[in-house]
Amino acid sequence: MVVRELELDLDAFEGPFDLLLTLVLKEELDLAEVDVAGVVLAFVERLTHRDELDLDACGEFLVLVSALLELKARGLFPDEDAELADLEPEEAAEELARRLAAYRRMKEAATWLAERLEAERDRFFRVGPAPLAPRAEPRLAPQEPAQLAAALRALAVEPPPVSLRHMALRFPPVAQFLERFRAILRRRRRFDFDVEVGALSRVEQAVAFLALLELRKADEITIAQAAPFAPIRVASGEERSSGDERRAEWTVHSA
Amino acid sequence: MDRPLRLIATNPVDRLARTVEALLVVASQPLDVAELAAAADDEPERVETALGLLAERYREGRSGVVLERVAGGWAFRAAREAADACARLFERPVQRGLSGAALETLAIVAYLGPCTRPDIARIRGVAADSAVAGLVERGLIAEAGRDDAAGGAVRYRTTPLFERVFGLESLSELPRLDDLGGDADEIRERLHAVAEKRPA
Repeated sequence: MVVRELELDLDAFEGPFDLLLTLVLKEELDLAEVDVAGVVLAFVERLTHRDELDLDACGEFLVLVSALLELKARGLFPDEDAELADLEPEEAAEELARRLAAYRRMKEAATWLAERLEAERDRFFRVGPAPLAPRAEPRLAPQEPAQLAAALRALAVEPPPVSLRHMALRFPPVAQFLERFRAILRRRRRFDFDVEVGALSRVEQAVAFLALLELRKADEITIAQAAPFAPIRVASGEERSSGDERRAEWTVHSA
Repeated sequence: MDRPLRLIATNPVDRLARTVEALLVVASQPLDVAELAAAADDEPERVETALGLLAERYREGRSGVVLERVAGGWAFRAAREAADACARLFERPVQRGLSGAALETLAIVAYLGPCTRPDIARIRGVAADSAVAGLVERGLIAEAGRDDAAGGAVRYRTTPLFERVFGLESLSELPRLDDLGGDADEIRERLHAVAEKRPA
């Protein structure tokens, strides 16, 4: 008989015993809700259905269930393990007795309430949402009108206008640089990007670079850079593209 | 049966009694003397006198409506002889099916409140969440601030409705805990007996 496969049918859980253990250890099932006595009952019932006593299974089960019980007991007093551990056995027994007595008194009180409820079962009264009028607010101390006006004036002052200067990032249009680069390329075949934009502001340089990319995209220029951070050399694209065309023609002819 | 109706108009306390009577009829919860005095715009002492007059007029056996001192104030309720008829007319969801766990929780809140759910769980030894939620829903207990500790848990206390349902004038009418069986000495002796049996 395998303890792990013991089928359980409890309020909080239904399935094999090993799944229960797994869920408890993964903290997906609150042990406080598991009826451990139910587990024991299920096991004992299984035992009675068999003729021979399986000592191995009994031993295994005993170990598992006692561990489960200890875990449950600890879980029920989460904060108090440490508290009680510090106490001498004598003091711990006192503390335990005190708690049991406290609980028993509350149980008695609950019994008293139950009896009282039964005795008062013929009480009928109106319960309804009819809220009482709000109590009169205590009046404010008398105020000096001039003082109130002064306070209000302080609040009514026009706030200082918010400065937007830091947001005024003016960009020269990309088109301006497109024109400028095309003009340069009409005059000479190649130029050095860094030299052309060296005198410009940082933002203008960035826009100029965008213009460069625009021109490259349109295949109007070729760009070359020997190494990262090396000067960017820009050349008119016509030469290269015409060269490409020639090569294409040549390829077609040769084919 | 009640002749003095004609006299009432001439007696100023009777006049106040009629006002107080009216206030108690429109109220849906017990009113204390201060509230009645404020609403009637009269002296608390005179209101007490008027209440005495009314309590005599509306007493069990004499009237279908009974004036009683409950939940720290005064309120009308139905006479007990009419209970069966009332039961056919009304349900009482507040009282219906209070479980043992709910009553224990209620007792703890009534005696030790305001107290938190962890407080209740410590005494009962099991989580109190659902019992507390059920009692809040019935209106028998209500939130009353938070524990002083950092991230303090919500504290609960019983409501005036609790006192009304259980027919208590105030929480001080609950029996003293010492009178309720809880015999610590006896439990302690039993524990010691068990401890001594254990082989050292």
